[in-house]
Amino acid sequence: MERSSALIGLIFLLISISCLINPISAAASGSGEGYSIAGRVKLDNFVTKGFGLGHSPKLSETKVILNGGQRTTFVRPDGYFSFHDVPAGTHLIEVSSISYLFSPVRVDISARNPGKIQAALTENRRALNELVLEPMKDEQYYEIREPFSMLSLVKSPMGLMIGFMVLVMFVFPKMMDGVDPEEMRQAQEQMREHGIPSISNLVAGRS
Amino acid sequence: MEARFLLGFLLLLSLSSFAFAIYEDQVGLADWHKRYIGKVKHAVFHTQKTGRRRVVVSTEENAIASLDLRTGDILWRHVLGKNDAVDQIGLSLGKYVLTLSSQGSVLRAWNLPDGQMVWETDLQISNPSNSFLHALGNVKSGRDSLSLVCNGGSIRAVSSIDGLVVWKKDLSVDGLKLKHVFQPPESDTIYAIGFIDSSLIALYHINAKTGELLKHATQASSVDLSSEISAISSDSLVALDTSRSNLLLIKFMAGTITNHKLPLSDIVQDFSGLAELIPTKSNDIFVVKTPSNVAFIKVKGDNEIELIGKADEAGIVSDSLTLSEEEQAFAVVHHSNNAISFQVRINGREALTEGIKIEDHRGHVKRVFLNNYVRTDKSHGFRALIVMEDESLLLMQQGEVVWSREDGLASISDAVVAELPVEKEGGVSVVEVEHTLLEWLKGHMLKLKGTLMLSTPDDMAAIQAMHLKSTERNKMTRDHNGFRKLIIVLTRSGKVYALHTGDGRIVWAHLLTPLLQSESCPSPSVLTLRNWRVPHRKALQENPSILLVGRCGAGPESHGFLFIVDSYSGKVLETQILDHSIAEVVPLPLADSSEQKLHLVIDDKLNAHLYPRGSDALEVFVREMANMYYYKVENAKEVIKGYAFKKGCSTGSSAYCFGTRELWSVVFPSDSERIVAAARRKINEVVHTQAKIMTNQDVMYKYISKNILFVATVSPKAAGGIGSAAPDEAWLVAYLIDTVTGRILHRVTHQGAQGPVHAVVSENWVVYHYFNLRAHRYEMTVIEIYDQSRADNKDVMKLVLGKHNLTAPITSYSRPEIATKSQSYFFTHSVKAIAVTTTARGITSKQILIGTIGDQVLALDKRYLDPRRTANPSQEEKEEGIIPLTDTLPIIPQSYVTHTRQVGDLRGIMSFPANLESTTHVFSYGIDLFYTRIAPSRTYDSLTDEFSYVLLLITVVVLIVAILVTWAMSQKKDLQEKWR
Repeated sequence: MERSSALIGLIFLLISISCLINPISAAASGSGEGYSIAGRVKLDNFVTKGFGLGHSPKLSETKVILNGGQRTTFVRPDGYFSFHDVPAGTHLIEVSSISYLFSPVRVDISARNPGKIQAALTENRRALNELVLEPMKDEQYYEIREPFSMLSLVKSPMGLMIGFMVLVMFVFPKMMDGVDPEEMRQAQEQMREHGIPSISNLVAGRS
Repeated sequence: MEARFLLGFLLLLSLSSFAFAIYEDQVGLADWHKRYIGKVKHAVFHTQKTGRRRVVVSTEENAIASLDLRTGDILWRHVLGKNDAVDQIGLSLGKYVLTLSSQGSVLRAWNLPDGQMVWETDLQISNPSNSFLHALGNVKSGRDSLSLVCNGGSIRAVSSIDGLVVWKKDLSVDGLKLKHVFQPPESDTIYAIGFIDSSLIALYHINAKTGELLKHATQASSVDLSSEISAISSDSLVALDTSRSNLLLIKFMAGTITNHKLPLSDIVQDFSGLAELIPTKSNDIFVVKTPSNVAFIKVKGDNEIELIGKADEAGIVSDSLTLSEEEQAFAVVHHSNNAISFQVRINGREALTEGIKIEDHRGHVKRVFLNNYVRTDKSHGFRALIVMEDESLLLMQQGEVVWSREDGLASISDAVVAELPVEKEGGVSVVEVEHTLLEWLKGHMLKLKGTLMLSTPDDMAAIQAMHLKSTERNKMTRDHNGFRKLIIVLTRSGKVYALHTGDGRIVWAHLLTPLLQSESCPSPSVLTLRNWRVPHRKALQENPSILLVGRCGAGPESHGFLFIVDSYSGKVLETQILDHSIAEVVPLPLADSSEQKLHLVIDDKLNAHLYPRGSDALEVFVREMANMYYYKVENAKEVIKGYAFKKGCSTGSSAYCFGTRELWSVVFPSDSERIVAAARRKINEVVHTQAKIMTNQDVMYKYISKNILFVATVSPKAAGGIGSAAPDEAWLVAYLIDTVTGRILHRVTHQGAQGPVHAVVSENWVVYHYFNLRAHRYEMTVIEIYDQSRADNKDVMKLVLGKHNLTAPITSYSRPEIATKSQSYFFTHSVKAIAVTTTARGITSKQILIGTIGDQVLALDKRYLDPRRTANPSQEEKEEGIIPLTDTLPIIPQSYVTHTRQVGDLRGIMSFPANLESTTHVFSYGIDLFYTRIAPSRTYDSLTDEFSYVLLLITVVVLIVAILVTWAMSQKKDLQEKWR
């Protein structure tokens, strides 16, 4: 287990080194003014996480969209994507994925310095030194059911009613016990005079 | 004080549940989702012995999909971008689907089993034109096979494994259009043949492995060549000339080209008119379609051709299908009345004819794709995929329709809502009641088990199934809550469908345009649909009906037509071809004595024609005519004009035709502003109250006018997409215009902003979405309008003395003083569509429905778009439900009404009220359809399905038992007391 994690670590190191060597891949393409934007969608850190959708995340459903729909491309199995023949200027890249929320990315292609590309996340203005797009969070579309607990049952209107009943049944008689029977009778008579019906009255009246 | 505290508590309670959210097991209770693909234009069958049989299709909606050949279900589907139309699809290596799109400039490979994109290659074509894909079976370099993409005068060979361009060859000849590429078996040379400027035939020999040009030859053609060709063998092809009456047989042997002209009238008797060459790839046989018939022609020896078969009526012919070396099969499909005859011809001879009955609402056959299978006795069986006029897709095999898909629903252009019939009074048998009671109890016991977390997975499944097949929601009658309705949709093909809100099934469907097709109406197309009669009060006995309006030709001046369709049955009640054109249909808030709604049809000469035609309708209209106004946004001219109506029109003397008189116009300076969006309130929106109480017990009066028009303009430089303009040269101006007087109520400029603009107007506010170039983020702005002239009505003394103007009619003629409040927020996503929830009485708070770039629909509370939000709201403001100001609008995943579904290529969102005030229907459409019901402020006026009746019952029983027990106890106690 440890060994495999070490191996993975090594791979990550290698990837990051290779990323350092060639930062954002951008090249003036053959057909004139346009440039290419190439990047990668990375889900690695997210795959193992708990998932609200009930199926494993699929790259095949992930689209990369340039400038709000001018162009759409799909992600390859290794996560890479590219746009070709993009004019110099400031562009917006969005990743559409049902499973994750991605921040849109602002991509500047410099006209003066051909091929120089700068990228930054628009949501938190974090600059990216390589165009690797990672999800901000995974999407949880459903409310999670609260596990059943006695407390929630007690808190529900019905629970409160039962609780009150119990209170009346067991606590009130105890309170009554504390009262002097003579005073009690007096109070009851007073009440009868005023004509206020009460539960204790009714109960007493029946007997 | 106490009441206030309680109020605050209640608000807090409601605040804690911002989002509309559902539990996972509630999916499908109120919602349904239907996936479609659109009108199929290419199909490739994959019917190898092993594995699933499937067909890969590409559609006019730019979707590519793999369908299960047995059931027609979608195995996978991808929707390409809007400008990324698919030119051709093919299979490669038996496991990849290749798609050539964007006029031959993008080649993609998709994994056949799961639809994962394997590679994508930008072919960097400088001037995209008609291009074609040619998968070379036997060009092998190692284990790879090459696919050739020809475009104009250039060829690119792409490796099928990784999509790398192995070689490319630009033949750099002006006017060269390559037409065909082929490769003789067991050879490394490929032959590319093309036409140069329709007069020269050129042949190129190219090394298949390196792309090196080995040899080339050109020859003048004896006729002017059109672009239609048919490749007939490894060394010859047939072309059609520009007059479409002569064929040219071109042979190229050993580097030389010969061509031979063959007049079509020699081959096909009684030939006249224009011929069409059906592109096929087959051995020595080609198909010519003439106006009167379809001819199968075989090439024999040198320059000799022979007619080997004819199909009499002009049917639809499929591509050829190679059965064996000598055998070529074609499918010819004819359509007559409500049956189609499906004929397979092998080498031009009839091999199989089947007649198949199909529903007459599908129209004519448009395309057919043929496929064969080998039967157990080694004979060939055939199946065909047929695309109908209504864009539906049928699979036909052994004389019957195996499955059909209503893919016309992928192209909805308009939708309205209609009521279902009222439930008939009728006796319900006792047995039924007992049965349902038992079921009901059982269901609730199961639910109780569910809430108490005692249920087994089996029980859970049973609960789910019970929810889904609940018959209550799929009934064909009106319900008390107004949950069951009909959504009537119009599709691009002119077909009208009625969908049930319960489960989305098609109640009726009609293709109306064939009913009209005639000399006077050559190519009818339906433009829009409206509610024609919504019965209430007077005409309750009449069925509701729908008005469909269209025009007979393509141009704006062509004559219009209208249909009136019964919305219960889809029966056509009335058809009328109009003697004027149609530019716009304006529904009026008036109805005649039989509850038919008045509509004005504006023609291209700005005359208004009143419908329905009837004296009482005319009377009603003429009475109200002085108060009727019409406005027109002319996007091209950057002008908005307002009109009034007058009697007598310019084109005729009909009493129902009215002229228009220009009242006002708003002209935008075309060198600094372009109209990009216009929006107005729904005319049937209900507003509950005009007054809005502020935190400090102040009253603000909303400026509620049906005549508010929101218009957004951008600077010309920013009219393109994002990335085309710099922040300094971009600005967006938002206007609020009164459409009666043309008065600009409010105007605001956003510097450094650009479109696309999506806006929604409701009550006294407008919300719009645009792009902020400075921050490089999307923004949403809300503007609320308040009527200041009523602001001093707060004075109680004035109210008592009657010195208020509350009863004064709201009119656009007066110029009320208005005040606006506005606030802007960032929003993360691009937006495709925007709408607002509508409820029956307008009491429930509103949610804004946003169709995001990910094809989801987000319900955002209007409270987030409240100009009164501040960074630190006071205690009172908090109690009132004002949310602390943040720069970004929150996106809570639980508030996606589409939850885990996506509405592919989302185009529109519609919200319509249920009878229950808290609830509204949401219907969103694109390639897919999604419907759900939401309650923006929760269902405060009814118990939800979640409510556990059994728990209530148990409580009651427990209470009764407790009462009895206490009673018995007290009696006992009394007795003891008396004995003491």
